[in-house]
Amino acid sequence: MIISKDDVQKVANLARIELNQEELNLFSGQLESVLEFIEKLKKADISSVQPMSHVLDIQNVLRADVPRESLSNAQVLKNAPESLKGHFRVPKVIE
Amino acid sequence: MPAEKPLYALTGLELLDLIKQKKIGIADILESQSLRTKAVEGKVKAFARFTDNTASGIPIAVKDNICIQGQLTTCASKILENFIPPYDATVIQRLKKSGFVIQGQTNMDEFAFGSSCENSAFFPTRNPWNPDCVPGGSSGGSAAAVAADEAVWALGSDTGGSIRQPASFCGVVGLKPTYGRVSRYGLIAFASSLDQIGPLTKDVRDNAYLTGIISGYDPNDSTSLNLPVGDYQKSLEKDIKGIKIGVPKEYFSLSGDGELEGLDREVKEAVEEAIAQLRKLGAVVSEVSLPHTEYAVGVYYIVATAEASSNLARFDGVQYGLRARNADNLITMYKKTRQAGFGPEAKRRIILGTYVLSHGYYEAYYLRALKVRALIARDFTEVFKEYDCIVTPTSPTTAFRLGEKLENPLAMYLSDVYTISANLAGVPAISVPCGSNKAGLPIGLQITAKAFDEETLFRVAYNYEQATPWHKLKPKI
Repeated sequence: MIISKDDVQKVANLARIELNQEELNLFSGQLESVLEFIEKLKKADISSVQPMSHVLDIQNVLRADVPRESLSNAQVLKNAPESLKGHFRVPKVIE
Repeated sequence: MPAEKPLYALTGLELLDLIKQKKIGIADILESQSLRTKAVEGKVKAFARFTDNTASGIPIAVKDNICIQGQLTTCASKILENFIPPYDATVIQRLKKSGFVIQGQTNMDEFAFGSSCENSAFFPTRNPWNPDCVPGGSSGGSAAAVAADEAVWALGSDTGGSIRQPASFCGVVGLKPTYGRVSRYGLIAFASSLDQIGPLTKDVRDNAYLTGIISGYDPNDSTSLNLPVGDYQKSLEKDIKGIKIGVPKEYFSLSGDGELEGLDREVKEAVEEAIAQLRKLGAVVSEVSLPHTEYAVGVYYIVATAEASSNLARFDGVQYGLRARNADNLITMYKKTRQAGFGPEAKRRIILGTYVLSHGYYEAYYLRALKVRALIARDFTEVFKEYDCIVTPTSPTTAFRLGEKLENPLAMYLSDVYTISANLAGVPAISVPCGSNKAGLPIGLQITAKAFDEETLFRVAYNYEQATPWHKLKPKI
């Protein structure tokens, strides 16, 4: 076995997704078969190449550091589930 | 004789010609289209919602993951079911400047995760050629809307085949432009190094026209390149005598593996016939090799899920979208929000992507995948040193039945086996109709060219299309 139910639970926790028992069972089996399929990458000879994170021959695209028009505070908060006095509001962070 | 057909059945450029000749007005198009939509949308269910337009213009349908200012944009996900973007995506700005109005937003697999449109949180879209079959995905709504003549044309997005595979399944033309050709600003990100927006249309001419409108440099997308946009309409005028076409042998030797399907016989025959047609038109066709093809799906499901897990971290119930109300601290709120807001495929992909990036697995999976990606890209570079384009099937099968692959994610992923490589290598690829199987379902031909050479794609696709009847076939709905 490549990925155990405990692994899936641990990773789901890292990804901040709560899973119920049914999802945990289902995903564990499905992820196992996907990872099994992915195992074939081990056959490829990668000794001659650098990792390719994207295809373009560009790096660090920068713009001039000058202020531009941006969204207003009201526009930014418009989609927020909860806001208070111009800020996003979230549940308690520290006990 | 276009005038004898109902307006909704015409192509975009046929309609624009009639407007220019003052034979029709935009109101005539909107009326014809509204009648058509009323008649067939109940069966096809291509649209997530229609726009209540006050402005008038040439109508276009847009996939529901492209931000439209002031208009609900949801990615077919519960987590964004109330999201109203405060700005227009660059492609939307460009369309509006060119006189278009957004007719409606099309259904899709949630966050573009899927190849069948069944992962929509709303409802599945049906294939206009057979309502028991999927339209493909993830841009299935856009493909079905165009195929059913509900939309003149549409935009989709393509991360591993999400424009081309549904175009193939629905018998329309779909282009994934070169990575960097079309701005991704305002496209809700799935996998940032793979995503591109592109058009789905009734024929190649319309596709070339729309591509010209949406292409070009955008300072808001640091991965859009500042290169001149070709004259795509003009590229259609040239014949293809002497053009060098490579046919990769690996794509034709795909065999079934246990319960997994190989290349369908009828698809293979249709594509071979298309290749014979290209030869007749003067193309020089030879067999070539893309030796790392067998790794493409594996690389893709590491790279794409890794990027997705990072991109979707923003959906946490704080800035926009759904928030679970039954949480007494922040972490619990995140977890409950994401449990309630994401569908099963989104959860699977986020978990897989987090796994391949996590400590202890990063090198074995993610880093290795990036290296194999370089090998796949190099395969294309080598072939394009000698050849102008590559011709393959778009998908190994025609449209499959609803539910057929839903319980087996791996089988669903393999539906993209022929389309994924173009995203990994960043090169442009187009799907054009090239036949139908005995059951009457469309088959697609994929043409791939070197980066930023959309002209050659359109030229080859147009010459092929004009020599064959396939793009004129319409589903009976």
